[in-house]
Amino acid sequence: MADIKQLYQEVILDHNKKPRNFGVLDNPSHKAEGLNPLCGDHIFLSLQLRDNKVEAVAFQGEGCAICKASTSMMTTNIKGKTVEEAETLVQEFRDMATGQLNVQKQPNHLGRLAVFEGVKDLPSRVKCAILPWHTLHAAFNSMTTTTTENEEEPMKSAGVTI
Amino acid sequence: MNRPLRSEMQKAPALDVARVRADFPILARQINGKPLVYLDNAASSQMPQPVIDRLVRYHTHEHANIHRAVHTLSEHATAEYEEARRKAQHFLNAKDEHEIIFTRGTTEGINLVMHGYGRAFINAGDEIIISWLEHHSNIVPWQMLCQEKGAKLRVAPINDAGEILLDEYEKLFNERTKFAALSHVSNALGTVNPVREMIATAHRWGVPVLLDGAQAAPHLKLDVQALDCDFYAFSGHKIYGPTGIGVLYGKRALLEKMQPFQGGGDMILSVTFEKTTYNTIPYKFEAGTPPIAAAIGLGTAIEYLNGIGLQRTGAQETDLLNYATQQLGSMKDVRIIGTAKHKAAVLSFLIEGVHPHDVGTILNEDGIAIRTGHHCAQPVMQRFGVPATARASFAFYNTLEEVDALIEGIKKVQRMFA
Repeated sequence: MADIKQLYQEVILDHNKKPRNFGVLDNPSHKAEGLNPLCGDHIFLSLQLRDNKVEAVAFQGEGCAICKASTSMMTTNIKGKTVEEAETLVQEFRDMATGQLNVQKQPNHLGRLAVFEGVKDLPSRVKCAILPWHTLHAAFNSMTTTTTENEEEPMKSAGVTI
Repeated sequence: MNRPLRSEMQKAPALDVARVRADFPILARQINGKPLVYLDNAASSQMPQPVIDRLVRYHTHEHANIHRAVHTLSEHATAEYEEARRKAQHFLNAKDEHEIIFTRGTTEGINLVMHGYGRAFINAGDEIIISWLEHHSNIVPWQMLCQEKGAKLRVAPINDAGEILLDEYEKLFNERTKFAALSHVSNALGTVNPVREMIATAHRWGVPVLLDGAQAAPHLKLDVQALDCDFYAFSGHKIYGPTGIGVLYGKRALLEKMQPFQGGGDMILSVTFEKTTYNTIPYKFEAGTPPIAAAIGLGTAIEYLNGIGLQRTGAQETDLLNYATQQLGSMKDVRIIGTAKHKAAVLSFLIEGVHPHDVGTILNEDGIAIRTGHHCAQPVMQRFGVPATARASFAFYNTLEEVDALIEGIKKVQRMFA
């Protein structure tokens, strides 16, 4: 395994300490909850989509540095992107974390998210890094709107457990 | 910590740790280019060479199925398997070898009692008592039974040190109480529970008690007759034996009136399509071909432990726990979870501002193996308001230098996250 510092880089430690977009949106158009029962990582993601674009995004929850930083960096990355662009990132991030995408050699859109490449050598931590991305995917597909009528049920259908 | 220091313990000469370490080949391994510092013994301990050799010898020269054949190999394997049962009997100081049932591990032992005793004798409206300290293995089976029968689970609370509140425990008993299932030693916090007293309380109400001994068996001198417990379950792989084997002790009178757990070979005397007559104990509870090699290996592990002596292993573990508690306890921004007066060699802790999983990953880089997470004891985590802890657990083959390595590792984590 590469030096642990390659994974716990400044940028990850910084996002862990000062997570961006931390909180909840008042009237999210989409939301989902992600839970990693093995570690206890637990995040709640809320999104505001307008014209198929991520206008606003926020998250809350608790988790390890890898999970928190991954979520925080995800939120800064997807803001302003279309759903399709964000879904491409979901796929690419997943492939990178599971060692199927070599960010140095293969074309991708991950940019600074490549700091998470090191998790591919730590099977027990891959899920920590991927959790927010799975949750984002679930939120996109939940199509929930926050009417009180169906507040409970769509939450459940959108819940992700990996 | 009120545990006796080595100097106060009985006369046994101190353990030659370097010598016993040489018995455990895995301890010579390097992990990430660093010597392995194995501090995850509460999850699974390592096997000494005599146990490994015994497994190899069995598989190389002795293997056959037990109990039903007349040929030499089978007779020999049967004799060795039954000899292992007697070793387990003496390990627990059970009155009778037929009170020793081989299982897959502690979890299976508890499930066996849930099925064999619980499903037969616990009914709607009855109550089962557990404690807040239980491992999921001693919660979930009873929850399943409660759900099936319409019985109720009652939970004895703990204080901030991680000790069961005995007054509250006593108050849980009433005429509806039909069973109590309690951990002897907490896996998440290391608390040694006052089980003798707790069993006496239960017996005053005529309630049988199962002890989950998974974490006690590696550390404490066990005597099921002195404890007067009705059932006692432990795992082989936590007392330096192989995985896939465990022991359930049960009082003969209870075992005899219980229903079998699984149906199959070995647990019967006769079978027709109309009626099956079950075998006598313990075979009634040992359906199918058991893990013969693992049982024999467990016997060798018990022999190995006896050879060193629990007094000496216990003294070394006490030294390790005391030293680690003192060192970690004096570190800035480190919080020890579980500060019971009477503890086994388990140390759960938190580093302020760092998730335990990050702690575990970074320590692993230096070859230090600890456990991180909820330790299959989520109610304990909830009680202390934490999602997870980091846990170092010691065996007699650990050294004070390894505790120092842990401390250095924690400092490194703190520097990275500063």
